[in-house]
Amino acid sequence: MPAPDLAVRAEALLLAAAHAIDDDALESWPDFFTRDASYRIVPRDSHAAGEPIGILSCQGQGMMRDRILALRTANIYEPHTLCHVLSRPVLTDMADGGVTSRCNFALFRTQQAGSTELFAAGRYLDRMVEEGGVLRFAAREVVLESRRVDILIVLPI
Amino acid sequence: MSAALAQPLRWPAEGNTRVPFRVYSDPDIHAREQERVFRGPLWHYLCLEIDVPNPGDYCLGEIGEIPIVVTRDAEGALHALVNRCAHKGALVCLKERGNAEALTCVYHSWTYELDGHLRSVAFRHGLRGKGGMPEDFDPVKHRLQPIRLATFCGLVFGSFSDMTPDIETFLGPQVAGVLRRNLGRKLVRLGRHSQIIHNNWKLYAENVRDSYHATLLHTFYTTFKVNRLDMDGGMILSDDGRHSLSYSKRGSLQESSEYSGVHSAQYKSGLHGPELLDGFTEFDDGITHMIQTVFPTLTVQLTLNSLAVRFFTPRGMDRTELFWNYLGYADDPPERTALRARQANLTGAAGLVSLEDGCINEFVQRGSRGSPEATEFLEMGGRDVASSDGSRATETGIRGFWQAWRGLMGL
Ligand code: FES
Ligand SMILES: [Fe+2]
Repeated sequence: MPAPDLAVRAEALLLAAAHAIDDDALESWPDFFTRDASYRIVPRDSHAAGEPIGILSCQGQGMMRDRILALRTANIYEPHTLCHVLSRPVLTDMADGGVTSRCNFALFRTQQAGSTELFAAGRYLDRMVEEGGVLRFAAREVVLESRRVDILIVLPI
Repeated sequence: MSAALAQPLRWPAEGNTRVPFRVYSDPDIHAREQERVFRGPLWHYLCLEIDVPNPGDYCLGEIGEIPIVVTRDAEGALHALVNRCAHKGALVCLKERGNAEALTCVYHSWTYELDGHLRSVAFRHGLRGKGGMPEDFDPVKHRLQPIRLATFCGLVFGSFSDMTPDIETFLGPQVAGVLRRNLGRKLVRLGRHSQIIHNNWKLYAENVRDSYHATLLHTFYTTFKVNRLDMDGGMILSDDGRHSLSYSKRGSLQESSEYSGVHSAQYKSGLHGPELLDGFTEFDDGITHMIQTVFPTLTVQLTLNSLAVRFFTPRGMDRTELFWNYLGYADDPPERTALRARQANLTGAAGLVSLEDGCINEFVQRGSRGSPEATEFLEMGGRDVASSDGSRATETGIRGFWQAWRGLMGL
């Protein structure tokens, strides 16, 4: 169990990253990660099989920024918003002073026509490290329960 | 049903350049397709050979609405069977993939050999001399329905029709050549997911043959200046027009190959993570992008070094499931696998250059569903069905699809 202070900050990081997406503050989303952090969205089956390709992956903040830039300037899709509902995480201390975290989530998507539907459910498997007094994701694996995506994924999860 | 739909469809006199939107919303057409297309004289993709590598392996597939199971028997031979129990029609195999010595239906335990023959019927002779099947019950007459099976370069196909020619004839020399080029080595699966798109399956079949839209809808390439519009490319159709190949060469990168180690060439892309587009030369023909369609529902894709087999299948009239199978070669060193994994970001349900296809066909479905008698207009690149070497500003591949579909449907 991490020290109480670290646990509070880990939970705060999980929530802040989710709310940045929910609140369309996407430009700040890469800042929750370390410079060479990895981020991956992968179906549960591929995760279990150890397959190297999931649905989306970023190696480093640069690729995360490109994703945000692309969806702002290039990608074409029907406008929608996301709403995350997170479970409390299970946190484990790492030898290097970091923390690993497992946190389940449900993700609701609202389309411009008005429907709110369950878009994805799964778990965040995170490794967080301290950088200059700030806790950040060094690795984030978003494991989706389903391998089947409705329509498309363009916003980070 | 509107008055227009009450009448049988008559195809517009202009032929393959006009497509009545009704083909995406008419339940009669949808039902007739099951028979004429999905059970018609074609080879339909079922799975990959690497899904069933060992004796006893099985894997589920489907042809239209009919569930199929592909098995490998003890001798190593592959079989394609309708996954429908000969007793009361239950699914016999439930797991997507598995290994079994025989196939046992869970409902009443009828057990089948891996080639589909009925091995045993529970309580066939009743219990304590009472009950059981009639004396004249003949197990040979009750088996899983077999369908024809063919393999080509690691792809497994099935067909319901005796009229289907052998697989090489069906593919034709051009398609066979592309498949050999891209899949003709030992393959490994690197990943897999699927997508539900809210449109009729034929809109996606059009979309993968639509070389006209690629640089217009998918603006990632152009916005980030990572793709040249003036590169060599073309649209090659099979002799019968039903299969198509859209290809291009990052020709300018070829010309300046001595700069390949120089980072400035890539920083111009405007990407924060330009390594996304790092690649290696895998083939000496200079082709860096290939979308090979195989009529009706298969596409083999090579985007830079990202190799994938896409398969799509109807889930009702206005739903389609699109499967992405990402592949590598068994002898890829880890760096190449990592590179293919990075480039997989270009395609798939979250693909930087393909995610638009998840919604664009739905936009057509929604835009057109109230106008069954209105038509598409498909005259880009002419009115014929013929290869267009040198230009991808053409709809010839789409016209080829409709020519083949109409032939099967008698329209
Ligand atoms: S339905 Fe399969 S054994 Fe009865
Ligand atoms: Fe497309």
